[in-house]
Amino acid sequence: MTPGIDLQQRFIETLRDLGLPQGVAKVAWLPLPMILIIIGATLGVLVTVWLERKISAAAQQRIGPEFAGPLGILQAVADGLKLVFKADIVPAKADPWLFTLAPVIVVFPAFLSYLIVPFGQNLLISNVGIGIFLWISLSSIAPIGLMMAGYSSNNKYSLLGGLRAVAQSISYEVPLALAVLAVVMMSNSLSTIDIVEQQSGYGILGWNVWRQPIGLILFWIAALAETERLPFDLPEAEEELVAGYQTEYSGMKFGLFYVASYVNLVLSALLASILYFGGWDFPIPLTVVSGWLSINETGPIFQIVVASLGITMTLLKAYFFVFLAILLRWTVPRVRIDQLLDLGWKFLLPIGLVNLLLTAGLKLAFPFAFGG
Amino acid sequence: MNLAEGVQIVSFGLLGLAMIGAALGVVLLQNIVYSAFLLGGVFISISGLYLLLNADFVAAAQVLIYVGAVNVLILFAIMLVNKQEDFDPIIGRWVRQGATALVCFGLFSLLGVMVLQTSWSSSTSGAKPAVDTTVLLGEHFFSDFLLPFELASVLLLMALVGAIVIARREYLPEEIVSPQQQPPLTLPERARQPIAISAGTSSSPQSTSE
Repeated sequence: MTPGIDLQQRFIETLRDLGLPQGVAKVAWLPLPMILIIIGATLGVLVTVWLERKISAAAQQRIGPEFAGPLGILQAVADGLKLVFKADIVPAKADPWLFTLAPVIVVFPAFLSYLIVPFGQNLLISNVGIGIFLWISLSSIAPIGLMMAGYSSNNKYSLLGGLRAVAQSISYEVPLALAVLAVVMMSNSLSTIDIVEQQSGYGILGWNVWRQPIGLILFWIAALAETERLPFDLPEAEEELVAGYQTEYSGMKFGLFYVASYVNLVLSALLASILYFGGWDFPIPLTVVSGWLSINETGPIFQIVVASLGITMTLLKAYFFVFLAILLRWTVPRVRIDQLLDLGWKFLLPIGLVNLLLTAGLKLAFPFAFGG
Repeated sequence: MNLAEGVQIVSFGLLGLAMIGAALGVVLLQNIVYSAFLLGGVFISISGLYLLLNADFVAAAQVLIYVGAVNVLILFAIMLVNKQEDFDPIIGRWVRQGATALVCFGLFSLLGVMVLQTSWSSSTSGAKPAVDTTVLLGEHFFSDFLLPFELASVLLLMALVGAIVIARREYLPEEIVSPQQQPPLTLPERARQPIAISAGTSSSPQSTSE
């Protein structure tokens, strides 16, 4: 396996050649990937909102947004601008401090979790050792913000929505963690880089989806529930609760909830592609391709092609999952709260445990195929 | 002092301030909901301190368990019983407050003596930070800390069984019986009716009452 491009190393070396000391060069590098990822995550939200509108329209045989830009591609930007300029209202009887703090607590962990999403061998902010576990623990902070929003709005619908959101996200965190744990057991590491490395080498045949089909379904159901997508969007069920915990919110505070939900959706899709679909891996191993075409594997052009292909593959796989989520939204009706909790605790949890046991058994029996 | 050390000192100071401030808020604020939310802030600051000590797995576990589970549970409990109610003045309240102050002061002095007596120099110099903390933790759990680890799991199992016993009472009695009539070590429960087998899947009372 070639090490790939190390942008950080090259950037620091270039600055040092210009005469800057090592420390200053490193400080100059530090904010760059963070800003890039924040911009990328925000752009991802805009694209997802546009896709959601277009695919929903197609599912209902409408045209969807079409006047703002070509094919209505600027519709999401227009929506965002509208939210920025709307009046920021805090209800008179609401608790102003908690009311303001709640959207921040919901948005913050969603963006912070992008820390561990790799787009290539060295294309991530930080290869922390606890990787995927960091995402699971960060995603458990958001329910506190949701409950804060529900409580501080001083509205019965909001409080019910907040309580539902919290109940839902704690119950579905367990099967989600169990599904991730089975993958982690196979790759012997929590780091997202190692998880992708373990799947690479055999192209499409090496991806975890063939070894963890139950895990993938489990993960995706639990991820949909965590992001409150439609089969599980009880916290904001329109017919029952107006809009749940965001009933009283308007302007950019509502916008933050909106952004957080889409960031979470894209993040879950990215992690599904990393955990089960080989991340930045191309369906055919690129070393084989370079062998056929007799290209030098360490050449700069090949490296650049590999890196951009990696980013494209990660995004393609992630947006496949986003597409799946949008189709599911218009296919599956909303479940009731008792059905939701029954599904989580009595069906997904036992299946998650069985999947874990099965993975452990297969790992002992076939160590070559299940990462012994 | 290089950049990393400076960042560490500044973040240690900020985390310490946040933790002490939030902890004082938990104790001193009158509104119990504020106290519960500030408790989450205390837990987050503690996990930040763990991060500064190179214990990344413990920090993430702290966030997952204390913020994501314990604090949410406390909030749930508050939301379910949040009744506006003034408490009756308790006679001899100063005795309780005095006893609490005594216990707190004793604990504080004990910890203070411990901090002053321990020689901290050995831990700062020689020991290198572990690279793969999860592996190290796992090895400790299954060798020298096996007994506490297993005891903790037994404790959790007991709590789980207790919670299920309380939650599974589907047959709540219609009239409240006095504690004298209730047989000892049981919870009030109506005698169970044998359910007809032909009732099928929708036998639970919640789903039929929709």
